[in-house]
Amino acid sequence: MSESIKAEVVIVGAGPAGLCAATGPVVASRSVVLIDDNPRPGGQIWRAEKGRTEDLAGRMIHKLSEHENFRRMPGTHVFGIDGNSLLCESPGGDVRVEFEKLIIATGARELLLPFPGWTLPNVFGAGGLQALVKGGLDVSGKRIVIAGTGPLLLAVAYYLRSKGANVVLIAEQAPRSRILRFGLGLWRSPLKLVEAVWYSAKLLTTRSVYDSYVVRAEGDERLRSVTVRIGAKTETIECDMLGVGFHLVPNTELAELLGCEIRNGAVVVDEFQRTTVENVWCAGEPTGISGLESSLLEGTIAGSSAMGAPDSGRFLRRNRRIRRIADRMNRCYELREELRRLADNATIVCRCEDATFGEMSKFDGFRAAKLQTRCGMGACRGRICGSASRFLFGWEADSARPPIFPVRVSSLAGED
Amino acid sequence: MKLLIDNEEFNVPAGTTVAAAVMLVDRPSFRRSVSGEPRFPLCGMGICFECRVTIDRVAHQRSCQIEVREGMVIETE
Ligand SMILES: Cc1cc2nc3c(=O)[nH]c(=O)nc-3n(C[C@H](O)[C@H](O)[C@H](O)COP(=O)(O)OP(=O)(O)OC[C@H]3O[C@@H](n4cnc5c(N)ncnc54)[C@H](O)[C@@H]3O)c2cc1C
Ligand code: FES
Repeated sequence: MSESIKAEVVIVGAGPAGLCAATGPVVASRSVVLIDDNPRPGGQIWRAEKGRTEDLAGRMIHKLSEHENFRRMPGTHVFGIDGNSLLCESPGGDVRVEFEKLIIATGARELLLPFPGWTLPNVFGAGGLQALVKGGLDVSGKRIVIAGTGPLLLAVAYYLRSKGANVVLIAEQAPRSRILRFGLGLWRSPLKLVEAVWYSAKLLTTRSVYDSYVVRAEGDERLRSVTVRIGAKTETIECDMLGVGFHLVPNTELAELLGCEIRNGAVVVDEFQRTTVENVWCAGEPTGISGLESSLLEGTIAGSSAMGAPDSGRFLRRNRRIRRIADRMNRCYELREELRRLADNATIVCRCEDATFGEMSKFDGFRAAKLQTRCGMGACRGRICGSASRFLFGWEADSARPPIFPVRVSSLAGED
Repeated sequence: MKLLIDNEEFNVPAGTTVAAAVMLVDRPSFRRSVSGEPRFPLCGMGICFECRVTIDRVAHQRSCQIEVREGMVIETE
Protein backbone atom coordinates (compact mmCIF):
# COMPACT_ATOMS: atom_id res chain seq x y z
CA MET A 1 0.00 0.00 0.00
CA SER A 2 1.40 3.34 -1.01
CA GLU A 3 -0.31 5.34 1.77
CA SER A 4 -1.70 4.58 5.17
CA ILE A 5 -4.13 6.75 7.10
CA LYS A 6 -6.12 6.46 10.30
CA ALA A 7 -9.33 8.01 11.56
CA GLU A 8 -11.70 7.64 14.46
CA VAL A 9 -14.76 7.44 12.22
CA VAL A 10 -14.51 6.14 8.66
CA ILE A 11 -17.56 6.32 6.41
CA VAL A 12 -17.96 4.49 3.11
CA GLY A 13 -20.44 6.16 0.76
CA ALA A 14 -20.98 9.91 0.26
CA GLY A 15 -24.69 9.72 -0.57
CA PRO A 16 -27.32 11.28 1.69
CA ALA A 17 -26.74 8.64 4.40
CA GLY A 18 -22.94 9.00 4.43
CA LEU A 19 -23.02 12.80 4.35
CA CYS A 20 -25.46 12.92 7.27
CA ALA A 21 -23.40 10.35 9.17
CA ALA A 22 -20.31 12.54 8.78
CA THR A 23 -21.88 15.73 10.05
CA GLY A 24 -22.24 14.91 13.79
CA PRO A 25 -18.76 13.46 14.28
CA VAL A 26 -17.09 16.20 12.21
CA VAL A 27 -18.76 19.00 14.18
CA ALA A 28 -17.78 17.21 17.40
CA SER A 29 -14.13 17.40 16.24
CA ARG A 30 -13.63 13.68 15.70
CA SER A 31 -11.30 12.69 12.88
CA VAL A 32 -13.48 11.59 9.99
CA VAL A 33 -12.64 10.09 6.60
CA LEU A 34 -15.36 9.87 3.93
CA ILE A 35 -14.68 7.47 1.07
CA ASP A 36 -16.71 7.31 -2.15
CA ASP A 37 -16.27 5.63 -5.48
CA ASN A 38 -17.79 8.57 -7.38
CA PRO A 39 -15.69 11.58 -8.29
CA ARG A 40 -18.55 13.81 -7.02
CA PRO A 41 -20.43 13.61 -3.72
CA GLY A 42 -24.17 12.99 -3.42
CA GLY A 43 -24.63 9.28 -4.07
CA GLN A 44 -27.45 8.36 -6.42
CA ILE A 45 -30.19 10.88 -5.80
CA TRP A 46 -27.98 13.92 -5.29
CA ARG A 47 -25.61 12.86 -8.04
CA ALA A 48 -24.27 16.23 -8.99
CA GLU A 49 -25.08 17.30 -12.47
CA LYS A 50 -22.21 18.19 -14.72
CA GLY A 51 -21.21 21.80 -14.28
CA ARG A 52 -23.52 22.45 -11.33
CA THR A 53 -21.58 23.29 -8.22
CA GLU A 54 -24.34 24.82 -6.13
CA ASP A 55 -26.02 21.52 -5.36
CA LEU A 56 -26.90 20.31 -1.89
CA ALA A 57 -24.24 17.62 -1.67
CA GLY A 58 -21.62 20.09 -2.84
CA ARG A 59 -22.64 22.55 -0.13
CA MET A 60 -22.56 19.84 2.54
CA ILE A 61 -19.08 18.75 1.47
CA HIS A 62 -17.97 22.37 1.43
CA LYS A 63 -19.20 22.88 5.02
CA LEU A 64 -17.57 19.66 6.20
CA SER A 65 -14.31 20.57 4.49
CA GLU A 66 -14.03 23.71 6.60
CA HIS A 67 -13.10 21.39 9.46
CA GLU A 68 -9.49 20.24 9.62
CA ASN A 69 -10.55 16.93 11.14
CA PHE A 70 -12.44 15.98 7.96
CA ARG A 71 -10.89 14.27 4.99
CA ARG A 72 -12.69 13.31 1.83
CA MET A 73 -11.52 10.61 -0.55
CA PRO A 74 -13.50 10.87 -3.81
CA GLY A 75 -13.02 8.50 -6.74
CA THR A 76 -11.88 5.86 -4.26
CA HIS A 77 -13.37 2.43 -3.77
CA VAL A 78 -12.97 -0.06 -0.98
CA PHE A 79 -12.10 -3.46 -2.41
CA GLY A 80 -11.12 -5.41 0.69
CA ILE A 81 -10.45 -5.40 4.40
CA ASP A 82 -7.60 -6.39 6.66
CA GLY A 83 -8.56 -6.39 10.35
CA ASN A 84 -9.59 -2.83 11.15
CA SER A 85 -8.34 -1.43 7.88
CA LEU A 86 -10.08 -0.83 4.60
CA LEU A 87 -8.06 -1.50 1.48
CA CYS A 88 -8.83 1.16 -1.08
CA GLU A 89 -7.91 2.07 -4.59
CA SER A 90 -7.80 5.81 -5.23
CA PRO A 91 -6.84 7.86 -8.29
CA GLY A 92 -3.48 8.57 -6.67
CA GLY A 93 -2.72 4.94 -5.78
CA ASP A 94 -3.58 2.49 -3.06
CA VAL A 95 -4.53 3.61 0.40
CA ARG A 96 -5.02 1.69 3.59
CA VAL A 97 -7.54 3.33 5.90
CA GLU A 98 -7.60 2.23 9.52
CA PHE A 99 -10.81 2.86 11.47
CA GLU A 100 -11.93 2.82 15.07
CA LYS A 101 -15.57 3.10 14.05
CA LEU A 102 -16.88 2.28 10.62
CA ILE A 103 -20.15 3.45 9.06
CA ILE A 104 -21.23 1.62 5.93
CA ALA A 105 -23.44 3.80 3.72
CA THR A 106 -22.95 2.06 0.39
CA GLY A 107 -26.48 2.62 -0.97
CA ALA A 108 -28.29 0.48 -3.49
CA ARG A 109 -28.14 -0.47 -7.13
CA GLU A 110 -30.86 -1.20 -9.66
CA LEU A 111 -32.07 -4.74 -10.16
CA LEU A 112 -31.43 -5.50 -13.82
CA LEU A 113 -33.07 -8.56 -15.32
CA PRO A 114 -32.18 -10.33 -18.57
CA PHE A 115 -34.48 -10.49 -21.60
CA PRO A 116 -33.61 -11.12 -25.25
CA GLY A 117 -31.66 -8.14 -26.57
CA TRP A 118 -30.79 -6.57 -23.20
CA THR A 119 -27.07 -6.57 -24.03
CA LEU A 120 -27.59 -4.32 -27.09
CA PRO A 121 -25.92 -0.91 -26.97
CA ASN A 122 -28.39 1.77 -25.83
CA VAL A 123 -30.23 -0.50 -23.41
CA PHE A 124 -29.55 0.92 -19.95
CA GLY A 125 -30.83 0.70 -16.42
CA ALA A 126 -33.50 3.36 -15.88
CA GLY A 127 -31.58 5.09 -13.10
CA GLY A 128 -28.46 4.19 -15.06
CA LEU A 129 -29.61 6.27 -18.01
CA GLN A 130 -30.39 9.17 -15.68
CA ALA A 131 -26.90 8.93 -14.19
CA LEU A 132 -25.32 8.99 -17.66
CA VAL A 133 -27.32 12.08 -18.60
CA LYS A 134 -26.20 13.77 -15.39
CA GLY A 135 -22.68 12.94 -16.56
CA GLY A 136 -23.24 14.93 -19.73
CA LEU A 137 -24.94 12.54 -22.17
CA ASP A 138 -27.22 14.45 -24.55
CA VAL A 139 -30.70 12.96 -24.93
CA SER A 140 -32.51 15.87 -26.56
CA GLY A 141 -34.84 14.65 -29.27
CA LYS A 142 -34.09 11.00 -28.50
CA ARG A 143 -37.04 8.58 -28.45
CA ILE A 144 -36.82 6.77 -25.13
CA VAL A 145 -38.82 3.94 -23.55
CA ILE A 146 -38.72 3.72 -19.75
CA ALA A 147 -39.73 0.37 -18.29
CA GLY A 148 -39.45 -1.97 -15.34
CA THR A 149 -40.86 -1.19 -11.94
CA GLY A 150 -40.66 1.17 -9.01
CA PRO A 151 -41.02 4.83 -8.13
CA LEU A 152 -37.74 5.58 -9.88
CA LEU A 153 -39.32 5.17 -13.34
CA LEU A 154 -41.43 8.33 -13.03
CA ALA A 155 -38.55 10.33 -11.59
CA VAL A 156 -36.32 9.26 -14.46
CA ALA A 157 -38.97 9.89 -17.14
CA TYR A 158 -39.59 13.34 -15.76
CA TYR A 159 -35.87 14.11 -15.64
CA LEU A 160 -35.26 12.92 -19.19
CA ARG A 161 -38.15 14.99 -20.48
CA SER A 162 -36.73 18.05 -18.77
CA LYS A 163 -33.56 17.38 -20.78
CA GLY A 164 -35.49 17.43 -24.03
CA ALA A 165 -35.94 13.69 -24.52
CA ASN A 166 -39.04 12.34 -26.22
CA VAL A 167 -40.22 9.73 -23.71
CA VAL A 168 -42.49 7.61 -25.91
CA LEU A 169 -43.64 5.15 -23.25
CA ILE A 170 -43.44 4.42 -19.53
CA ALA A 171 -44.19 0.74 -18.91
CA GLU A 172 -44.67 -0.30 -15.26
CA GLN A 173 -45.00 -4.03 -14.62
CA ALA A 174 -47.07 -3.67 -11.44
CA PRO A 175 -50.86 -3.41 -11.70
CA ARG A 176 -52.26 0.11 -11.51
CA SER A 177 -54.79 -0.85 -8.83
CA ARG A 178 -52.01 -1.92 -6.45
CA ILE A 179 -50.15 1.34 -6.93
CA LEU A 180 -53.30 3.42 -6.51
CA ARG A 181 -54.13 1.60 -3.29
CA PHE A 182 -50.68 2.28 -1.99
CA GLY A 183 -50.91 5.91 -3.14
CA LEU A 184 -54.15 6.39 -1.24
CA GLY A 185 -52.49 4.95 1.85
CA LEU A 186 -50.03 7.82 1.66
CA TRP A 187 -52.50 10.42 2.90
CA ARG A 188 -50.77 10.30 6.26
CA SER A 189 -47.50 11.14 4.58
CA PRO A 190 -48.44 14.33 2.70
CA LEU A 191 -44.97 14.99 1.35
CA LYS A 192 -44.86 11.67 -0.47
CA LEU A 193 -48.37 12.18 -1.77
CA VAL A 194 -47.54 15.62 -3.11
CA GLU A 195 -44.51 14.14 -4.84
CA ALA A 196 -46.59 11.37 -6.45
CA VAL A 197 -49.30 13.73 -7.64
CA TRP A 198 -46.72 16.18 -8.93
CA TYR A 199 -44.94 13.57 -11.05
CA SER A 200 -48.21 12.23 -12.43
CA ALA A 201 -49.31 15.74 -13.39
CA LYS A 202 -46.00 16.54 -15.05
CA LEU A 203 -46.14 13.33 -17.03
CA LEU A 204 -49.78 13.59 -18.09
CA THR A 205 -48.86 13.93 -21.75
CA THR A 206 -46.55 10.92 -21.66
CA ARG A 207 -48.05 7.55 -22.49
CA SER A 208 -47.96 5.45 -19.29
CA VAL A 209 -49.09 1.86 -19.08
CA TYR A 210 -49.32 -0.60 -16.17
CA ASP A 211 -49.29 -4.40 -16.09
CA SER A 212 -46.77 -3.99 -18.90
CA TYR A 213 -43.20 -5.07 -19.52
CA VAL A 214 -40.55 -5.23 -22.24
CA VAL A 215 -40.30 -8.74 -23.64
CA ARG A 216 -37.55 -8.11 -26.18
CA ALA A 217 -35.17 -5.47 -27.49
CA GLU A 218 -34.36 -5.52 -31.20
CA GLY A 219 -31.52 -4.18 -33.34
CA ASP A 220 -28.27 -5.45 -34.78
CA GLU A 221 -25.37 -3.43 -33.45
CA ARG A 222 -27.65 -0.87 -31.75
CA LEU A 223 -31.12 -0.80 -30.25
CA ARG A 224 -33.79 -0.08 -32.88
CA SER A 225 -37.06 -1.07 -31.21
CA VAL A 226 -38.56 -2.78 -28.20
CA THR A 227 -41.44 -5.20 -28.02
CA VAL A 228 -43.66 -4.54 -25.04
CA ARG A 229 -46.41 -6.62 -23.53
CA ILE A 230 -49.16 -4.17 -22.66
CA GLY A 231 -51.95 -5.90 -20.78
CA ALA A 232 -53.09 -8.66 -23.14
CA LYS A 233 -51.52 -7.15 -26.27
CA THR A 234 -48.01 -7.01 -27.68
CA GLU A 235 -46.69 -3.90 -29.37
CA THR A 236 -43.40 -3.08 -31.07
CA ILE A 237 -42.17 0.46 -30.52
CA GLU A 238 -39.29 2.12 -32.34
CA CYS A 239 -36.89 3.97 -30.08
CA ASP A 240 -33.31 5.14 -29.69
CA MET A 241 -32.83 4.21 -26.05
CA LEU A 242 -34.38 1.97 -23.44
CA GLY A 243 -34.05 2.54 -19.70
CA VAL A 244 -35.21 -0.52 -17.82
CA GLY A 245 -34.78 -1.25 -14.10
CA PHE A 246 -36.64 -3.36 -11.57
CA HIS A 247 -36.43 -1.34 -8.37
CA LEU A 248 -33.38 -1.54 -6.11
CA VAL A 249 -31.08 -4.02 -4.38
CA PRO A 250 -29.01 -3.08 -1.31
CA ASN A 251 -25.22 -2.99 -1.77
CA THR A 252 -24.24 -5.36 1.02
CA GLU A 253 -20.86 -6.65 -0.24
CA LEU A 254 -18.69 -4.59 2.12
CA ALA A 255 -20.86 -5.42 5.14
CA GLU A 256 -20.71 -9.10 4.21
CA LEU A 257 -16.95 -8.98 3.93
CA LEU A 258 -16.79 -7.59 7.47
CA GLY A 259 -18.93 -10.46 8.70
CA CYS A 260 -22.12 -8.48 9.38
CA GLU A 261 -25.29 -10.54 9.42
CA ILE A 262 -27.36 -10.22 6.24
CA ARG A 263 -31.04 -11.17 6.19
CA ASN A 264 -33.27 -11.14 3.09
CA GLY A 265 -30.57 -9.35 1.17
CA ALA A 266 -30.21 -6.48 3.66
CA VAL A 267 -27.77 -5.71 6.48
CA VAL A 268 -29.23 -6.44 9.93
CA VAL A 269 -29.08 -3.42 12.27
CA ASP A 270 -30.61 -2.41 15.60
CA GLU A 271 -32.45 0.89 16.00
CA PHE A 272 -29.14 2.73 16.50
CA GLN A 273 -27.93 1.34 13.15
CA ARG A 274 -25.41 -0.97 14.85
CA THR A 275 -24.65 -4.08 12.80
CA THR A 276 -23.93 -7.45 14.40
CA VAL A 277 -20.20 -6.65 14.25
CA GLU A 278 -18.72 -4.46 16.96
CA ASN A 279 -17.78 -0.91 15.91
CA VAL A 280 -19.52 -1.26 12.56
CA TRP A 281 -22.67 0.73 11.76
CA CYS A 282 -24.77 0.67 8.63
CA ALA A 283 -27.14 3.37 7.33
CA GLY A 284 -29.37 4.02 4.34
CA GLU A 285 -30.32 1.64 1.55
CA PRO A 286 -28.05 -1.31 2.54
CA THR A 287 -30.31 -1.90 5.57
CA GLY A 288 -33.35 -2.26 3.25
CA ILE A 289 -34.71 -0.10 0.45
CA SER A 290 -36.54 2.79 2.07
CA GLY A 291 -35.60 5.92 0.15
CA LEU A 292 -34.10 9.31 0.74
CA GLU A 293 -35.69 10.35 4.02
CA SER A 294 -34.77 7.14 5.76
CA SER A 295 -31.19 7.43 4.45
CA LEU A 296 -30.95 10.93 5.95
CA LEU A 297 -32.32 9.79 9.30
CA GLU A 298 -30.30 6.60 9.51
CA GLY A 299 -27.12 8.44 8.58
CA THR A 300 -27.71 10.98 11.33
CA ILE A 301 -28.56 8.27 13.86
CA ALA A 302 -25.49 6.20 12.92
CA GLY A 303 -23.24 9.27 13.22
CA SER A 304 -24.47 10.07 16.73
CA SER A 305 -24.41 6.46 17.82
CA ALA A 306 -20.83 6.00 16.60
CA MET A 307 -19.80 9.00 18.73
CA GLY A 308 -21.57 7.53 21.72
CA ALA A 309 -24.00 10.47 21.75
CA PRO A 310 -27.57 9.71 22.75
CA ASP A 311 -30.07 10.10 19.94
CA SER A 312 -33.33 11.91 20.13
CA GLY A 313 -36.18 9.42 20.17
CA ARG A 314 -37.90 11.56 17.58
CA PHE A 315 -35.55 10.45 14.78
CA LEU A 316 -35.86 6.82 15.77
CA ARG A 317 -39.66 6.99 15.78
CA ARG A 318 -39.80 8.82 12.49
CA ASN A 319 -37.49 6.30 10.86
CA ARG A 320 -39.60 3.38 12.08
CA ARG A 321 -42.64 4.98 10.50
CA ILE A 322 -40.96 5.63 7.19
CA ARG A 323 -39.67 2.10 7.06
CA ARG A 324 -43.16 0.74 7.52
CA ILE A 325 -44.36 2.81 4.58
CA ALA A 326 -41.35 1.67 2.55
CA ASP A 327 -42.16 -1.98 3.26
CA ARG A 328 -45.65 -1.44 1.90
CA MET A 329 -44.26 0.33 -1.13
CA ASN A 330 -41.75 -2.43 -1.87
CA ARG A 331 -44.55 -4.99 -1.77
CA CYS A 332 -46.57 -2.94 -4.19
CA TYR A 333 -43.76 -3.27 -6.77
CA GLU A 334 -43.38 -7.03 -6.32
CA LEU A 335 -42.21 -8.62 -9.56
CA ARG A 336 -44.60 -10.65 -11.68
CA GLU A 337 -43.95 -14.29 -12.58
CA GLU A 338 -43.76 -13.63 -16.33
CA LEU A 339 -40.50 -11.74 -15.83
CA ARG A 340 -38.82 -15.01 -14.86
CA ARG A 341 -39.57 -16.39 -18.30
CA LEU A 342 -38.41 -13.59 -20.57
CA ALA A 343 -34.88 -14.89 -21.14
CA ASP A 344 -34.57 -17.74 -23.65
CA ASN A 345 -31.75 -20.29 -23.67
CA ALA A 346 -29.52 -18.05 -25.77
CA THR A 347 -30.02 -14.94 -23.62
CA ILE A 348 -26.89 -13.89 -21.80
CA VAL A 349 -27.41 -13.65 -18.03
CA CYS A 350 -23.83 -12.97 -16.91
CA ARG A 351 -22.64 -10.11 -19.08
CA CYS A 352 -19.04 -10.28 -17.88
CA GLU A 353 -18.54 -13.91 -18.94
CA ASP A 354 -21.35 -14.21 -21.53
CA ALA A 355 -22.89 -17.16 -19.66
CA THR A 356 -26.36 -17.83 -21.05
CA PHE A 357 -29.66 -18.65 -19.40
CA GLY A 358 -29.58 -22.10 -21.04
CA GLU A 359 -26.12 -22.88 -19.64
CA MET A 360 -26.85 -21.59 -16.17
CA SER A 361 -30.30 -23.11 -15.73
CA LYS A 362 -28.78 -26.62 -15.82
CA PHE A 363 -27.40 -26.12 -12.32
CA ASP A 364 -29.16 -26.04 -8.98
CA GLY A 365 -27.28 -23.22 -7.32
CA PHE A 366 -25.12 -20.21 -8.01
CA ARG A 367 -21.93 -21.83 -6.78
CA ALA A 368 -22.29 -24.89 -9.04
CA ALA A 369 -23.19 -22.70 -12.02
CA LYS A 370 -20.22 -20.47 -11.26
CA LEU A 371 -17.73 -23.34 -11.34
CA GLN A 372 -18.97 -24.59 -14.70
CA THR A 373 -20.00 -21.44 -16.58
CA ARG A 374 -17.86 -18.78 -14.83
CA CYS A 375 -21.03 -16.76 -14.23
CA GLY A 376 -20.45 -14.20 -11.48
CA MET A 377 -16.68 -14.49 -11.74
CA GLY A 378 -16.15 -11.49 -14.00
CA ALA A 379 -15.36 -7.89 -13.29
CA CYS A 380 -18.66 -6.98 -11.61
CA ARG A 381 -18.16 -9.86 -9.16
CA GLY A 382 -21.71 -11.08 -9.73
CA ARG A 383 -23.39 -7.81 -8.75
CA ILE A 384 -25.62 -7.91 -11.85
CA CYS A 385 -26.10 -11.63 -12.57
CA GLY A 386 -26.07 -12.66 -8.90
CA SER A 387 -29.03 -10.42 -8.09
CA ALA A 388 -30.77 -11.49 -11.31
CA SER A 389 -30.22 -15.19 -10.53
CA ARG A 390 -31.75 -14.74 -7.14
CA PHE A 391 -34.97 -13.71 -8.84
CA LEU A 392 -34.74 -16.00 -11.90
CA PHE A 393 -33.70 -19.23 -10.21
CA GLY A 394 -34.28 -18.50 -6.53
CA TRP A 395 -30.54 -18.95 -5.91
CA GLU A 396 -28.87 -17.38 -2.92
CA ALA A 397 -25.92 -15.33 -4.10
CA ASP A 398 -22.54 -16.67 -3.10
CA SER A 399 -21.14 -14.76 -0.12
CA ALA A 400 -18.91 -11.81 -0.98
CA ARG A 401 -15.25 -12.61 -1.26
CA PRO A 402 -12.36 -10.19 -1.66
CA PRO A 403 -11.68 -8.29 -3.74
CA ILE A 404 -15.25 -6.97 -3.94
CA PHE A 405 -14.08 -4.78 -6.80
CA PRO A 406 -11.47 -5.92 -9.33
CA VAL A 407 -8.17 -4.20 -8.65
CA ARG A 408 -4.90 -3.42 -10.31
CA VAL A 409 -2.35 -6.13 -9.65
CA SER A 410 -0.24 -3.70 -7.61
CA SER A 411 -3.09 -3.22 -5.11
CA LEU A 412 -3.17 -6.92 -4.33
CA ALA A 413 0.57 -7.24 -4.19
CA GLY A 414 0.64 -4.43 -1.64
CA GLU A 415 -1.58 -6.37 0.72
CA ASP A 416 1.20 -8.43 2.25
CA MET B 1 -11.75 20.04 -23.06
CA LYS B 2 -9.71 18.52 -25.81
CA LEU B 3 -9.45 14.76 -25.88
CA LEU B 4 -8.42 12.01 -28.19
CA ILE B 5 -10.94 9.23 -28.68
CA ASP B 6 -9.68 6.40 -30.89
CA ASN B 7 -7.10 8.76 -32.41
CA GLU B 8 -9.65 11.42 -33.32
CA GLU B 9 -9.69 14.79 -31.58
CA PHE B 10 -12.87 15.99 -29.88
CA ASN B 11 -13.92 18.86 -27.65
CA VAL B 12 -16.29 18.16 -24.78
CA PRO B 13 -17.38 20.35 -21.85
CA ALA B 14 -15.49 20.01 -18.55
CA GLY B 15 -17.29 17.88 -15.97
CA THR B 16 -18.46 15.36 -18.60
CA THR B 17 -17.85 11.73 -17.69
CA VAL B 18 -15.75 9.69 -20.08
CA ALA B 19 -18.81 7.45 -20.70
CA ALA B 20 -20.91 10.44 -21.79
CA ALA B 21 -18.05 11.75 -23.94
CA VAL B 22 -17.66 8.44 -25.79
CA MET B 23 -21.42 8.33 -26.42
CA LEU B 24 -21.47 11.94 -27.60
CA VAL B 25 -18.97 11.11 -30.34
CA ASP B 26 -20.87 7.97 -31.30
CA ARG B 27 -18.46 5.04 -31.14
CA PRO B 28 -19.83 1.60 -32.12
CA SER B 29 -18.91 0.08 -28.76
CA PHE B 30 -17.08 0.70 -25.51
CA ARG B 31 -15.74 -2.80 -25.11
CA ARG B 32 -16.23 -6.19 -26.71
CA SER B 33 -17.62 -8.99 -24.58
CA VAL B 34 -15.80 -12.33 -24.29
CA SER B 35 -17.84 -13.57 -27.26
CA GLY B 36 -17.20 -10.39 -29.24
CA GLU B 37 -20.50 -8.52 -28.78
CA PRO B 38 -20.34 -4.72 -28.72
CA ARG B 39 -21.19 -3.36 -25.27
CA PHE B 40 -22.25 0.01 -23.92
CA PRO B 41 -22.68 1.35 -20.39
CA LEU B 42 -25.55 -0.21 -18.44
CA CYS B 43 -25.74 0.86 -14.79
CA GLY B 44 -24.16 4.31 -15.05
CA MET B 45 -22.93 4.01 -11.47
CA GLY B 46 -19.77 1.95 -11.41
CA ILE B 47 -21.33 -1.44 -10.68
CA CYS B 48 -21.59 -3.39 -13.95
CA PHE B 49 -18.19 -2.75 -15.58
CA GLU B 50 -19.76 -2.74 -19.07
CA CYS B 51 -18.42 0.76 -19.80
CA ARG B 52 -14.74 -0.14 -19.53
CA VAL B 53 -12.31 1.59 -21.89
CA THR B 54 -8.59 2.27 -21.99
CA ILE B 55 -7.70 5.70 -20.59
CA ASP B 56 -4.18 7.09 -21.00
CA ARG B 57 -2.97 3.56 -21.73
CA VAL B 58 -4.48 2.05 -18.57
CA ALA B 59 -6.92 -0.66 -19.65
CA HIS B 60 -10.28 -1.56 -18.06
CA GLN B 61 -11.21 1.83 -16.58
CA ARG B 62 -14.89 2.35 -15.73
CA SER B 63 -15.68 5.32 -17.93
CA CYS B 64 -18.89 6.23 -16.07
CA GLN B 65 -16.95 6.96 -12.87
CA ILE B 66 -14.24 9.15 -14.41
CA GLU B 67 -14.49 12.72 -15.65
CA VAL B 68 -12.63 13.95 -18.73
CA ARG B 69 -9.29 15.67 -18.30
CA GLU B 70 -7.55 17.94 -20.79
CA GLY B 71 -5.53 15.86 -23.25
CA MET B 72 -6.99 12.55 -22.14
CA VAL B 73 -6.43 9.65 -24.54
CA ILE B 74 -9.33 7.23 -24.70
CA GLU B 75 -9.47 3.97 -26.63
CA THR B 76 -12.55 1.82 -27.14
CA GLU B 77 -12.59 -1.79 -28.37
C1 LIG C 1 -29.15 4.56 -10.33
C2 LIG C 1 -30.05 5.09 -9.22
C3 LIG C 1 -30.74 6.29 -9.38
C4 LIG C 1 -31.57 6.79 -8.35
N1 LIG C 1 -32.24 7.96 -8.57
C5 LIG C 1 -33.12 8.40 -7.62
C6 LIG C 1 -33.92 9.57 -7.85
O1 LIG C 1 -33.83 10.20 -8.89
N2 LIG C 1 -34.80 9.94 -6.86
C7 LIG C 1 -34.92 9.24 -5.68
O2 LIG C 1 -35.72 9.60 -4.81
N3 LIG C 1 -34.16 8.16 -5.46
C8 LIG C 1 -33.29 7.70 -6.39
N4 LIG C 1 -32.57 6.56 -6.16
C9 LIG C 1 -32.75 5.85 -4.88
C10 LIG C 1 -31.56 6.13 -3.93
O3 LIG C 1 -31.12 4.86 -3.50
C11 LIG C 1 -31.93 6.98 -2.72
O4 LIG C 1 -32.77 8.02 -3.03
C12 LIG C 1 -30.70 7.62 -2.02
O5 LIG C 1 -29.76 8.07 -2.96
C13 LIG C 1 -30.09 6.67 -1.07
O6 LIG C 1 -29.04 7.29 -0.34
P1 LIG C 1 -27.86 6.45 0.32
O7 LIG C 1 -26.96 7.43 0.95
O8 LIG C 1 -28.45 5.39 1.17
O9 LIG C 1 -27.14 5.69 -0.90
P2 LIG C 1 -26.49 6.24 -2.25
O10 LIG C 1 -27.03 7.55 -2.60
O11 LIG C 1 -26.62 5.13 -3.22
O12 LIG C 1 -24.93 6.41 -1.90
C14 LIG C 1 -24.04 5.34 -1.72
C15 LIG C 1 -22.65 5.72 -2.18
O13 LIG C 1 -21.72 4.71 -1.76
C16 LIG C 1 -20.75 4.52 -2.75
N5 LIG C 1 -20.17 3.18 -2.61
C17 LIG C 1 -20.80 1.97 -2.62
N6 LIG C 1 -19.94 0.96 -2.44
C18 LIG C 1 -18.72 1.52 -2.30
C19 LIG C 1 -17.39 0.99 -2.10
N7 LIG C 1 -17.16 -0.33 -1.96
N8 LIG C 1 -16.35 1.87 -2.02
C20 LIG C 1 -16.57 3.22 -2.15
N9 LIG C 1 -17.79 3.76 -2.34
C21 LIG C 1 -18.85 2.93 -2.42
C22 LIG C 1 -21.52 4.72 -4.05
O14 LIG C 1 -20.66 5.09 -5.10
C23 LIG C 1 -22.51 5.83 -3.68
O15 LIG C 1 -22.03 7.10 -4.03
C24 LIG C 1 -31.71 6.05 -7.15
C25 LIG C 1 -31.01 4.85 -7.00
C26 LIG C 1 -30.19 4.37 -8.00
C27 LIG C 1 -29.46 3.06 -7.79
S1 FES D 1 -21.93 1.72 -16.71
FE1 FES D 1 -21.86 0.20 -15.21
S2 FES D 1 -19.84 0.46 -14.44
FE2 FES D 1 -20.02 2.10 -15.81
